[in-house]
Amino acid sequence: MLLTMQAAPSESAALATYSAEVRQLLFQYVLQLADTSLILGHRLSEWCGHGPILEQDLAMANIALDLLGETRSLYQYATELEGKGRTEDDLAYLRSAVEYRNPLLVEQPNGDFAHTIVRQFLFDNFHYPFLKQLKSSPDERLAGIAEKAVKEAAYHLKWSSEWIIRLGDGTPESRQRVEKAIASLWRYAAELTTPTATEKALQEAGIIPDYAALQPTMAAHVARVLEEATLPTPPASSFGLAGGKEGRHSEHLGYILTELQYVQRAYPGLTW
Amino acid sequence: MNQSEWPLWEVFIRSKQGLDHKHVGSLHAADATMAIQNARDVYTRRLEGVSIWVVESTHIHASNPDDAEAFFDPAADKVYRHPTFYDVPDSIKHM
Repeated sequence: MLLTMQAAPSESAALATYSAEVRQLLFQYVLQLADTSLILGHRLSEWCGHGPILEQDLAMANIALDLLGETRSLYQYATELEGKGRTEDDLAYLRSAVEYRNPLLVEQPNGDFAHTIVRQFLFDNFHYPFLKQLKSSPDERLAGIAEKAVKEAAYHLKWSSEWIIRLGDGTPESRQRVEKAIASLWRYAAELTTPTATEKALQEAGIIPDYAALQPTMAAHVARVLEEATLPTPPASSFGLAGGKEGRHSEHLGYILTELQYVQRAYPGLTW
Repeated sequence: MNQSEWPLWEVFIRSKQGLDHKHVGSLHAADATMAIQNARDVYTRRLEGVSIWVVESTHIHASNPDDAEAFFDPAADKVYRHPTFYDVPDSIKHM
């Protein structure tokens, strides 16, 4: 799926102006973004053929494909930033779990439909406002990728928000399931907006958005959706789990990579 | 979900500005909002549309196939109802 297509433009002018240090930081960061959408996309693709109804099966496959498209643009940019001749396939298929930089939230298992929806909602609620800001990054490549992805993310957020409302304000069973999912996943949300050292440095350099500035929008949307869903808002100070963005993952990621990377690991260099 | 199936909706897509909405198929959804979103996901994945209409299938009333003879056959021998007896000037396109 990540077949290398050599459509990448020659090294942009902006790339040459970065110091080696910024370039390294940016490489790490772009990898983090790519890993995040790859892993979440992979999780959603696991629903393919198992959705509760055909229409939602397709909806999840669509979102998975949107995320995979974003992943590819990001990995392509990452290979250019790194400049060591690695391809996007190398980055996706030949790195181990500790080298992956996705936040813990996106690697959490699908669970039931409500669990998948809550995971998606927490991610979309960050992803959409984040991309909206990233559009005005002075880094043209990131701005371009954000420009394309933000339209997709707007729909993802609409879709997952709609489902939170339906499940929360639905039947006793749907409500109980969505409450359970919120109770188990909320603790992973804070990592999305807690900057790592890499992110801090890039925020200070003005290349990526300041997450603190996204908080009011994010909090307002969560409050609106939960209220409409007649669900209580979990306390903001809930205990948070983090570490994925620095390579400290839950055991789940290893299983995802085992499946995702199997062919390249078993038949190194295989192409088709 | 099995005990209480969602109602069926008919989906109409306008493929581009200026054209009519055309029936493309049907799907299940709990209400109109969900039906439109489902239609977006099921029927416009390949750039098929710029606008979506959905109608709950129960609101569509169809002619009875048993009436087909009485309804449609009488038109068969009335060729004069077709505007085919005019010469269309060469300069008129798209007729």
